[in-house]
Amino acid sequence: MALDKPYTNIPGTTIFDTDQSRKGYWLNQFCMSLMKAENRERFKADERGYLDEWPMTEDQKQAVLSRDLNRCIQLGGNIYFLAKIGATDGRSFQQMAGSMTGMTEEEYRDMMINGGRSVEGNRYIGEDGDAQPDRQPQGRTGGNI
Amino acid sequence: MARITASVYTSHVPAIGAALDLGKDHEPYWQRLFSGYEFSKQWMRDHTPDVIFLVYNDHATAFSLEFIPTFALGTAAEFAVADEGWGPRPVPRVIGHPELASHIAQSVIQSDFDLTIVNRMDVDHGLTVPLSLMFGQPEAWPCPVIPFAVNVVQYPVPSGRRCFELGKALRRAIETYDRPLDIQIWGTGGMSHQLQGARAGLINRDWDNRFLDRLISDPAALAEVPHIEYVREAGSEGIELVMWLIARGAMDDIAGGKAPNVAHRFYHVPASNTAVGHLILENR
Repeated sequence: MALDKPYTNIPGTTIFDTDQSRKGYWLNQFCMSLMKAENRERFKADERGYLDEWPMTEDQKQAVLSRDLNRCIQLGGNIYFLAKIGATDGRSFQQMAGSMTGMTEEEYRDMMINGGRSVEGNRYIGEDGDAQPDRQPQGRTGGNI
Repeated sequence: MARITASVYTSHVPAIGAALDLGKDHEPYWQRLFSGYEFSKQWMRDHTPDVIFLVYNDHATAFSLEFIPTFALGTAAEFAVADEGWGPRPVPRVIGHPELASHIAQSVIQSDFDLTIVNRMDVDHGLTVPLSLMFGQPEAWPCPVIPFAVNVVQYPVPSGRRCFELGKALRRAIETYDRPLDIQIWGTGGMSHQLQGARAGLINRDWDNRFLDRLISDPAALAEVPHIEYVREAGSEGIELVMWLIARGAMDDIAGGKAPNVAHRFYHVPASNTAVGHLILENR
């Protein structure tokens, strides 16, 4: 019997379950390696060469190189692991989270100061909230404000 | 005999630690948050326990994908502060209480909860930020801390009900420890937040405040709330709130005693991506 997944109908949300974890095993383990200062230095000096030491898929490597966190998550990454890449780049959780919405750093920060993103219209795929697939990317540069 | 005197609940946002460590805590953005903990720091000075049993989650720090314990009990004499990628936080090492932790392991495992016993575990912001919020920036933490890490990162994560029942077992364990220690149990994490995808930045003030209400006055019913409600209403990382039910399940009223005194309640949006909630409940 397949796993029960009641969480696949929420917009913009991937639950890190056993299937995602299996898919992203080496991507996430690569991220863990960046908790050591010497590995962060080696990665920064030659990103492609460092990634090639890991049995990751080419798609995963490209997603890391382009810092496309949405794609990383789709390919099995989890934000707490991916945060080690952000840390290596000197970026905060807020910068990382914001980067996944299409908003500029300032737009995302302002949204949070104004109370954050509303849950209204964002509970189920197919509602009319700002996290729905047809309204991406968000923010001025995404053309959806 | 040992006794649980109070439970403390708080979010554990990493940016709060960074704000303190970098001396930004007097900036208006952060002052609004820290002002909600002024009462708590005085309360901690007046009610410093002998030991804190601190429920938190590891954020891919001590546990990679190699081992994923659902409930990890720290039984070591001390715990180093982790380098999460930005370098270790400049906070004191955490001193454990191996004797009480071992007693808890014995009692709780024999009550049918399959804890993982951990003798080496670096502790991350999930544990150190609550200590900073409640104690400020001391040279050494004023009391020993038993770290208790719950997996809320990779599904399946434990249910609210399981966490609440575990709290009851912890209470029984602590009450059979034969030294007269005052113990506090802390539940940390949450409140509403989502750190991924197009829904990043989600905050649900109404749901969070109902969670606080129910945690105080109807925790048994709150423990029945399924994971999917946390995720849909409070964001994918809002699932951390199940950990608060462990602390709540250990309070007197759950075992037939008096309802706790609500010494303090605070709620603030935002700290970085997150809604911050905080409660202090005292056994009477």
